[in-house]
Amino acid sequence: MMYLFATVLNGSPIKFPQISYVSILPEIILIGVAATIMLLVALIGRTRATYGYTGLGVAAALISGVWSYHLNQSVTSHGARSVIGGALAVDGFSTFFMILTSLGLIVTLLVAEAYLYKVAARGPEFVALTLLSASGAMLMESAYDLLVLFIGLEILSISLYVMVAFTTSRKLSKESAFKYFILGGFASALFLYGLALTYGATGSTNLAKIALFLSNNTLTSNGVLLAGMVLILAGLGFKVALVPFQFWTPDVYQGAPTTVTGYMSGVVKAAGFAALLRVFFVAFETLRADWQPVLLVVSVLTLLVGAVLAVVQKDVKRTLAYSSINHAGFILLGLYVATAASIGDSLYYLFAYTVMSSGTFAVISMIAHLEDRTEMSLSLTDLKGLSSKYPKVALSLAILLLAQAGAPFTIGFLAKFSVLSAVIQAHHYALGVLAMLSVVIAAVLYLRITLSMYSPVVEKRDVSDEELVQAVSLGAVAVEVEEETQVKVKSKIPLPAGIAVFIALAITIGLALDANPLVHFAAQATLLK
Amino acid sequence: MFPYLETLVFLPGVIGVVIFFFPSEFPKRYYKGLGVAVSLVELVVAAAMLVQFKTGVGGYQMVSTYHWIPTFGIAWSLGVDGISLFLVVLSAILFPIAIFGSKETKDPKSFIAWMLILETACVGSFLVLDLFDFFLMFELTLIPTYFLMSNWGFSLGGRAAVKFFVYTFLGSAFLLIGILALVFIHDGGTGQVTFSIVALAHTQMSSTAGRLIFLAFSIAFLIKAPVFPFHTWSPDAYSQSPITAAIVLGGVMAKLGTYGIIRFDFQLFPQASRSLGWLILTLAVAGIVYGAVTAAGESHLSRLVAYSSLSHMGFIVLGLFAFTQIGLSGAVLQMFNHGIYTAALFLLLGMIYARRKTLDTSKLAGIQSKAPIMAGIFTVVMLASIGLPGLNGFVGEFMILLGTFITHRWWAVIGVSGVILSAVYMLWAYQKVFHRRDPEQRSFKDLSIREIATLVPLVILIVGIGIFPNVLLSRINPSVHKVLSNSTTQSIVYHSSLGKVAGR
Repeated sequence: MMYLFATVLNGSPIKFPQISYVSILPEIILIGVAATIMLLVALIGRTRATYGYTGLGVAAALISGVWSYHLNQSVTSHGARSVIGGALAVDGFSTFFMILTSLGLIVTLLVAEAYLYKVAARGPEFVALTLLSASGAMLMESAYDLLVLFIGLEILSISLYVMVAFTTSRKLSKESAFKYFILGGFASALFLYGLALTYGATGSTNLAKIALFLSNNTLTSNGVLLAGMVLILAGLGFKVALVPFQFWTPDVYQGAPTTVTGYMSGVVKAAGFAALLRVFFVAFETLRADWQPVLLVVSVLTLLVGAVLAVVQKDVKRTLAYSSINHAGFILLGLYVATAASIGDSLYYLFAYTVMSSGTFAVISMIAHLEDRTEMSLSLTDLKGLSSKYPKVALSLAILLLAQAGAPFTIGFLAKFSVLSAVIQAHHYALGVLAMLSVVIAAVLYLRITLSMYSPVVEKRDVSDEELVQAVSLGAVAVEVEEETQVKVKSKIPLPAGIAVFIALAITIGLALDANPLVHFAAQATLLK
Repeated sequence: MFPYLETLVFLPGVIGVVIFFFPSEFPKRYYKGLGVAVSLVELVVAAAMLVQFKTGVGGYQMVSTYHWIPTFGIAWSLGVDGISLFLVVLSAILFPIAIFGSKETKDPKSFIAWMLILETACVGSFLVLDLFDFFLMFELTLIPTYFLMSNWGFSLGGRAAVKFFVYTFLGSAFLLIGILALVFIHDGGTGQVTFSIVALAHTQMSSTAGRLIFLAFSIAFLIKAPVFPFHTWSPDAYSQSPITAAIVLGGVMAKLGTYGIIRFDFQLFPQASRSLGWLILTLAVAGIVYGAVTAAGESHLSRLVAYSSLSHMGFIVLGLFAFTQIGLSGAVLQMFNHGIYTAALFLLLGMIYARRKTLDTSKLAGIQSKAPIMAGIFTVVMLASIGLPGLNGFVGEFMILLGTFITHRWWAVIGVSGVILSAVYMLWAYQKVFHRRDPEQRSFKDLSIREIATLVPLVILIVGIGIFPNVLLSRINPSVHKVLSNSTTQSIVYHSSLGKVAGR
């Protein structure tokens, strides 16, 4: 700061880093389109039809995805680099995540177009917010400096707080937004404090410089640094819902509009993990011996807590919230093992998870609307009879859930397989067994949801007094008469939602049958060091 | 050459998936015919493969390999030998019969689609030569079975399905860890990541590692078979699944476990299989006795068959771990035989259930006088299951006991009691259901022509194999010999003196 003042007073020009607009084009597009949308709303006024805005948003996501792919190719041919004075990294890792983010963004926007605006009665703002939040996610994914990372985190989070509260008519939505806001603010503060401590200990916020400092110097007392590291882990662990920072997850997942839940479990988690992986692998690489035991405990707890608590839930979204915690444990395993290959495996898992989870929540939105339960929670028993009413919807959900459980010929299986192979390759046999046990436990939850979809509706009919007397006189104690009802309902599924689910299903199965491209792609997504 | 194995593996599954996309206007009554037709084509291809199969060759035949995920060292590799040959034929025989005999009316489209996908999973498990592919196929069997059980099963089908799925999945979890451990130990030694079982068969590892990985593999196979004490899912699954699925469960899928033991345990961990053989043998014998005793006390016919299966699968495992040519050949033959008569038993139970809506022996009586044809066929099938000489069950069981007696005398001695007990429970059940006088004199329709047509092929096989077992054994023996000579040097002594008994 003093240096800055001095340069200004002396009259010598401040050196601004050269800005490589090409590398941040995806973020620029998203922010630009978000601003344009807000302008258009102000100029045109509010219209009932929102698909114009959605189209704009999807186009923006598509272009930034394609551009990210282009960047990815340029990284393959020209090598990874850091840009804007070392603030951002353009490497296989960041571009991989940006493509994934664009994909998640497209699914979110499509599902929101199909369902959310009917409930919330306002659309364009949501599109703008989602684009902004996704640009924050992309910033986090390519941040090479802790401060830039923090800015990305805040852009992502602040938009997200509003998105969670989007269905203002629902009390649950408001409540969960408030919870998320308070706890999220707390997590941001923790992260910032960790950042400050790290800066204090190493003299830089740039990841490469931190790494350089740590490899060149041996700290006589590294308490401050370790505290900073733990606080950063806590701040990011909150976003990706690692145990013990997971307490908000079930409440917020349940309360938020399902579209936003899908976005949170997909895009937001991906961004959080990207940041976590990069910070620990690039900056704190040399402290591996210090953070590995912590990560071991955290990942084991995350695996088990997620799986075990998921099984006892009654609400579908709460169940899936815990299942997403279990997935987070798996992804963290790759970080714990900490080999170059295991990062690729974690990335593959994240990709698969993001796609499956976004798809699953898209189908859940679909079901909530078909069943007219958008204002209420969706419990497991509400799903009964779904397969006879909407066989295709039920089959889609069943496939996505079984894929999450790790069924063969889906990317869900390959994801578990690849992370597990990294764990076993590093000779952590007990850990591998433990992870697989959590998979078996988690399988129960996916099967429970599937089972209730495929079981017939049992309607409890009020029994008239006359019948009751009869029943009693016959010596029967049953008061409720259960009967199977077969209702065939023809409800149209909006095209955008259909497309969103189709994308998820096509990737889930298609990229498992022709597995090599994605495996290769994830393996190529290496970090700039 | 015609791609027999590729067709066998992919034909039913691909058509099964395509069926899901059929328009809802497609008339429902054609689905069953379509399913029968596809599985009959599969049978024809399997028969053609059987003809093409060279006798006297121990190794894999018709091998083909395609690259799939080179980054992980995974390839699609198919091949058949004397051990998998008849299991494929068994699947190809049982599926058309099961579908033809099915009485499920609800949602025929999905039913047929799942059945065909299940056929691909079963046949695929027997034919792939890559551990990764095997695991995929082995797991894939769970999904159609889960849906068949929960959607078309009896009242508790859903719960039985979850129990089945989770129990088997637990075994698979250990299998996957075992596979990866093996692959990376091989990688550490040779620097080559591969899942090919041919390459992995020569992995150098410490005896402790070998034993642990052997156990990880075995637990999956023992659950799938099932072998005592990992059988607790099976009575529920057998009694709650629709008869069509029960035929596949008992007839084909149970063999996945024992097939896995020969193909993977014996070929990948020959030392561990020998040194821990006593453990599995003991479990097998315990299962033989326990299954038989429990079956004797069981009044629900499906559960009775489940426990009798436990006992009979125990025999097969006994024959495997005896490590003699005759015992192992007998076990492979018995896998086929058990599939045939179990399927026939389940078909008959389905026919009884369709008439009386119960399978409780205490509520069934006097069927023989009303339905003599059914009683006759039931008698033949039952006698095959008991192991009456001249029928197929005898040949396998005899060879197994002979082979076990040579190397593990006391296990064979206790195991023999299972033969006697099986006569007890089967005849008891038969008496209750068929002979006892029905106090209410309810009517009972005898088998229709269609039902007879379903059963006759199985009865022909039961009698035919009982008389001419050599047709099968001449194809099984060379591969069994190869398995044994890879895994040991000792048992060849027995083979040279007694193998001829089997070969005759």
